[in-house]
Amino acid sequence: MPNMSFLRGLNRALTDEMERDPAVCVFGEDIGVAVSNVTIGLLKRFGPERVIDMPISEQAFTSAATGAAMAGARPVIEFQIPALLYLVFEQIANQAHKFSLMTGGQLKVPVTYLLPSSGSRPGWAGQHSDHPYSLFAHVGVKTVVPATPTDAYGLLLSAIRDDDPVILFAPSGAVAQREDVDYETLAPVPLGVARVHRPGTDVTVVAVGHLVHDAIAVADELAGEISVEVFDPRTLYPFDWPALAASLERTGRLVVIDDSNRSCGIGAEILATAAEEMRLVAPPRRISRPDGAVLPFARALDLAVQPSREQLRGAIEAVVKN
Amino acid sequence: MADAAGLYRTVRLIRRFEQHAIELVRGGVIPGGIHPYIGQEAIAAGVCAALRSDDVITSTHRGHGHVLAKGSDPVRMLAELAGRETGLNSGRGGSMHAADVSVGIYGANAIVGAAAAIATGAAWWHRQTGSDRVAVTFFGDGAVNQGVLLEALNLAALWQAPVLFVCENNGFATSMRVRDSTAGSITGRAEAFGIPAETIDGQDPELVLAAAEVAVDRARTGGGPTLLECLTYRFDAHHTWEYLARPRYRTAEEVAEGSVRDPLRIQGDRVPEQVRDGIDAEIEQLLETARQFVADSPEPDPAGALDYLYADGLRARPGVS
Repeated sequence: MPNMSFLRGLNRALTDEMERDPAVCVFGEDIGVAVSNVTIGLLKRFGPERVIDMPISEQAFTSAATGAAMAGARPVIEFQIPALLYLVFEQIANQAHKFSLMTGGQLKVPVTYLLPSSGSRPGWAGQHSDHPYSLFAHVGVKTVVPATPTDAYGLLLSAIRDDDPVILFAPSGAVAQREDVDYETLAPVPLGVARVHRPGTDVTVVAVGHLVHDAIAVADELAGEISVEVFDPRTLYPFDWPALAASLERTGRLVVIDDSNRSCGIGAEILATAAEEMRLVAPPRRISRPDGAVLPFARALDLAVQPSREQLRGAIEAVVKN
Repeated sequence: MADAAGLYRTVRLIRRFEQHAIELVRGGVIPGGIHPYIGQEAIAAGVCAALRSDDVITSTHRGHGHVLAKGSDPVRMLAELAGRETGLNSGRGGSMHAADVSVGIYGANAIVGAAAAIATGAAWWHRQTGSDRVAVTFFGDGAVNQGVLLEALNLAALWQAPVLFVCENNGFATSMRVRDSTAGSITGRAEAFGIPAETIDGQDPELVLAAAEVAVDRARTGGGPTLLECLTYRFDAHHTWEYLARPRYRTAEEVAEGSVRDPLRIQGDRVPEQVRDGIDAEIEQLLETARQFVADSPEPDPAGALDYLYADGLRARPGVS
């Protein structure tokens, strides 16, 4: 059985969808030579009319994708660096996202924003290491953070087929993941549907992106003492609240591990919603980056502000004792 | 309608529409005020007369003229300004976001300069799919110092996209004069990217039409983008808010002097009086119909406040649990 990497999953989704739908095209910087490994082979296969290398003009090419989408295209834009999203926040949050409502449904903007590596990478320091998915969930842009290669494949396929703007963050911490897959069985994964990686009865751990793998590891460590359910939302907006409610019906305890800054991060929203609407027998906890974190360069400092397995383990034990 | 009477009708329709809209702002029927297009009508009339119905435009915060000249229904446009369910955008867009895809209007845009890249992308895709449709993006002199617009000029030139950049230079970005905001020249910005650019008289509909026809033909036949700088003057307020706030950035004498060359009179003089009277009467009737339509149209149901938020019908969570 073939062993598929995370980036290969994204690459295969792009290839399959471009093959299936001639309206799909890819915009980005250095995508012809596939600097981020996601667009390998696309230029050769589909040509420069559909795989368009862009000058460093993120604002213009992001809105050009919006205009092309209004005219019938389904562009995918690759952003090599998550902080580029701050440059184009206007173009996504205030333009692409708002046209459907503002025009009374006359215009749709089916653009996919693809971040092939988001979050901390060793040595990339302050301006290349953010993981800004919570910002887009806050705005209401459909926001997807896959944790596994098959989910990366299936969620990207659904993102491209969706009629609204969708942003997909591939977590840097997950891109080393590999998975044995039967290519014949690869399928779209619907947006807004969570996945329970590991069932449990004592506590639900909601883990976002690469932290799913940390949560599984901690659950393994605690096996025999505490039964941990590992809940992967996969889509942060729209969030699969019914699935979380069902999980908490089973466990009644909640820990969230989220690679956002603490204030207004998605972890805060998950805790708030659970507290208001779901069954909890103990106060919930969250692990996040600190408030207002800027990732420092030195590795020890960088790691010091990222959520860790030790923190997760401590939070699980505290919630279960309560 | 590109004949003299047709151009006159468009200019007259925009002028009278804006005057009615201002009355409705004063009367509280149109909430939030408007950015009147009065004085600049020759540009929308001339450029849109060079377009086909399936060509695409993007407009600005001062956009009523573009929407009307491109062929949208003035009755539903007025209803949109009044926030009615029967409006072009079902009351979800208002003055600064009016859109009518049925006649190629990809929306007025409230962020200065933001739509140029959108129009460029639409034009690019038209060409990719073998269509000869062109796109026009209207913007003011205030937009020429926005980075995204300059980036869009570069992309349009690189791609030889069939897009026409129409700069309505009315002398002011709200209160700031062009000479205080803009180093170099407006046409020089386009020329730096190898885009043909021309400064024209934006008060004469026929001169605008003639220049637009050349540019549109160039775009349609694969010759790439053009920039037209149309010199004009805003006769009225930046926004109807000025009627109350009275900001002092130009004198009454300057406004009077700037308003001498009136596109309504320039084009009106080319049309026999009898024809003109007929057009005027038809427009009065049309706008009376529009006002009655607004009065008869329901306000949208608050239960539908977030209808259309997502194209696939996804419903957002309410703000209370």
